[in-house]
Amino acid sequence: MTDTSRYRLVLAALSLAVVLLFLMSLATGPAAIGFADSMRALLSGDAYEITLIMREIRLPRAILGLMVGATLGLSGAVLQGYLRNPLAEPGLLGISATASLGAVLTIYTGVSLVFPLALPLAALAGAGVAVLVVRAMAGGSGGTLSIILAGIALSAFAGAMTSLALNLSPNPFAAMEIVFWMLGSLTDRSMIHVSLAAPFMVLGWVMLALTARALDALTLGASAAASLGFDLRRTQLLAVGGTAASVGAATAVAGAIGFVGLVVPHILRPLVGSMPSRLLPASALGGAAMLLAADILVRLIAPERDLKLGVLTAMVGAPFFLWLIWRSRRTML
Amino acid sequence: MTLLAVSDLHADLGRREVLHGISFTVSEGEFVGLIGPNGAGKTTLLRAILGLTPSKGTVIIGNEVKPAPRVQARLVSYLPQEREIAWPVTVERVVALGRAPHLPGFAAPGEADLAAIRSAMRRMEVEDFAQRAATELSGGEQARVLIARALAQEAPLMLADEPAAGLDPAHQIALMKIFAGLADEGSSVVACLHDLGLAARFCTRLILLQDGRIVADGAPRDVLTDELLRSSYGVKSFLGEHEGGLIVQPFDLADGSGHGG
Amino acid sequence: MRVRDRIGIWLAWPSGPALAVLPAILLALVCAAGAASAAPARVVSMNVCTDQMAMLVAADGQLRSVTHLATDPQTSAMVDEAKAFPVNHGLAEEIFLMRPDLVLAGTYTATATVNLLQNLGIRVELFDPVNTFADVREQIVRVGKLLGREGRAAEVVAELDSGLKELATSSSGVTALGWSSNSYATGAGTFTDEVMKVAGLTNIAAREGIQGGARVPLETLLAAKPDLIVTGSETYARPAIAQDNFIHPAFRAYVAGGKEVSVPDKYWVCGAPFTLEAVRILRTAAEATGAAR
Repeated sequence: MTDTSRYRLVLAALSLAVVLLFLMSLATGPAAIGFADSMRALLSGDAYEITLIMREIRLPRAILGLMVGATLGLSGAVLQGYLRNPLAEPGLLGISATASLGAVLTIYTGVSLVFPLALPLAALAGAGVAVLVVRAMAGGSGGTLSIILAGIALSAFAGAMTSLALNLSPNPFAAMEIVFWMLGSLTDRSMIHVSLAAPFMVLGWVMLALTARALDALTLGASAAASLGFDLRRTQLLAVGGTAASVGAATAVAGAIGFVGLVVPHILRPLVGSMPSRLLPASALGGAAMLLAADILVRLIAPERDLKLGVLTAMVGAPFFLWLIWRSRRTML
Repeated sequence: MTLLAVSDLHADLGRREVLHGISFTVSEGEFVGLIGPNGAGKTTLLRAILGLTPSKGTVIIGNEVKPAPRVQARLVSYLPQEREIAWPVTVERVVALGRAPHLPGFAAPGEADLAAIRSAMRRMEVEDFAQRAATELSGGEQARVLIARALAQEAPLMLADEPAAGLDPAHQIALMKIFAGLADEGSSVVACLHDLGLAARFCTRLILLQDGRIVADGAPRDVLTDELLRSSYGVKSFLGEHEGGLIVQPFDLADGSGHGG
Repeated sequence: MRVRDRIGIWLAWPSGPALAVLPAILLALVCAAGAASAAPARVVSMNVCTDQMAMLVAADGQLRSVTHLATDPQTSAMVDEAKAFPVNHGLAEEIFLMRPDLVLAGTYTATATVNLLQNLGIRVELFDPVNTFADVREQIVRVGKLLGREGRAAEVVAELDSGLKELATSSSGVTALGWSSNSYATGAGTFTDEVMKVAGLTNIAAREGIQGGARVPLETLLAAKPDLIVTGSETYARPAIAQDNFIHPAFRAYVAGGKEVSVPDKYWVCGAPFTLEAVRILRTAAEATGAAR
């Protein structure tokens, strides 16, 4: 099959892009360090301060950029396939916002200081609730309108509760951090964050990957998929659990970053022949590339300003989203 | 050999009981037409047999009660009434989905699978657009692609819900001939049909459903009587013979049937 | 602007019995204005820095209220003294009901509140944040004048000057960076910079051309390799991401060898003789670092 070789080519190109962007991310930062010096410091550990910068600041940032991006791309592709809806995405469905709320509740009450695992777990719980609500609202047919409206309601509610929790905090800085939770950032994240979030993200990826074949069958609708021998309750468990675990953990350490899960699967779908199963690895790589690129850009555009990642992803994603709605508006209702 | 045995099947949708104790068996080589007026419970019966709708009673498929999903999928293929193709996937890939029950895990399709896919596409005459996106085809072409998908499943029993709807007469007749051919080869087909003419001409057996009960079950000539058609559908029909086949054509509402309007 | 506000008050004034009170109120306003030439007897402070200067300078009974921040050990070096005064929260209504004849406020105090109080005929004196010890002297002297306590103000200034004379030292060559929540560093033209200079430290942020405050990411900090990192002793009842920079492993690794020196904010949020304590802490740290080299 010729489309299989094209699919391999797409995956190879995306992998190459991710590797290059990962290296560029490692080479980008306010401290002016040459590329060769930075790589030597990263690997050898001779130059104390530079090694510290490379290993404890830039490396965790690049790793998180890759993993959070992969999570958003992959979960967007799975949600679109599962709900059979091209507008599904963790940000738009309110999943990121509720995960943020879970994270905020543990961080700002001080619970996560005593019990660090509470952070990803609470974000996971928040994300899980959102996926279940959206699933319930979508019903069997996955109607676009009800899904999007449920997402709006969840986002608005979670956003308001997040803001309330931050306003009630006795820490004067908390109220200003609403921006972080709504737009996301990887600034000065550390290996502590990597070690907290990575296991949950990887667990989520495995669960999401296991839905691949069922998502293909769901192309023909839920009844046909069930009659082809797919246990849709298992698929639901994997899709909901995988999204909750990976998006929850990603949001817990990086805040809510919108539109990656929407844009990436859309751009890549035609390149992989629209097969949901093939879209999963492609979207994971594409999401990683997009987030790494966005995180490099925030450091290049205004290094001293600490721009939020969600600003860049929204500048690309929101017009794209509107274009999608415009294109599909006849079938929306 | 019996492929399907249903006994005392009850099913309800919400509060309303839709099936009130349905019992019948289907053997190898049968092409069963499931007929009856709207709301008689035809679709619910197919879904209850497949376990897609909760039900009470016994359903034996092959010789197993409630087989595991993948085992069941190798025994029964299902063609739902709603023809959904969510993504612009090629026709070949849609048809290939029928092989899913035969492929473990993430395995790629083997020679036997590719042969089944090709033969199903040939049978439904969709080979010419094998590499086109299924969503770009006309309604009738999509219907044929989805039937090819069910054929590729190569299950001994096929349950089809309104497979002929939306097809032109030539493709309707071609489809019915394909189902009859499957029955000749030893498979069985149970199809919900609204077109009584097609049912009369091609099915080996008809089951007439009304208000969730079987009111007649037998050869087309025994089921498609003016009397039964009046009482179940509320229509007067022309019944005749042509080239040795039965012709049924409803032509007016029966008096006092309550179906006026 | 002010005229229009007055008209607004006139228009909003209720008719009927309340109208009869009006002449009495006007009379009270005129009297208050007339009395301003004598030393004020009912002074209210609306800013944590004027709170502390007033407490240092005022006569017994002259100061009637300080802000709630004056009793907060994070921001105030005079918590015990402040406990003797009723606290205010900087609300116009609350201040007005205390019938002050002088209000001390910061230039960053809510402008709307200050305007409203002035429109009600209350004398409000505004104080800029201090950036140098010269500013501190000047403001203490000014408070002394306003309160008719010039003698006491001179004593406070003398206390500050003798302390500075004792502590101030020439540059030790030890570099330092003042680094606070959200990775904000303090550069040239700030009081922090002045205090660091007096303690003999070289402020790296000022040397790199930062005016006022700016974000200095952890990475830049590590690359600049300051000998000392001056942090606040900010402890909040609950955590926030703003303080994550202090628990970052790279930061902890860098300061592990005793490079972090904590100066409680309360000593240099406002300038007064208690700021000498900040100088003392920094000088001790600078000497320890210098000796270790």
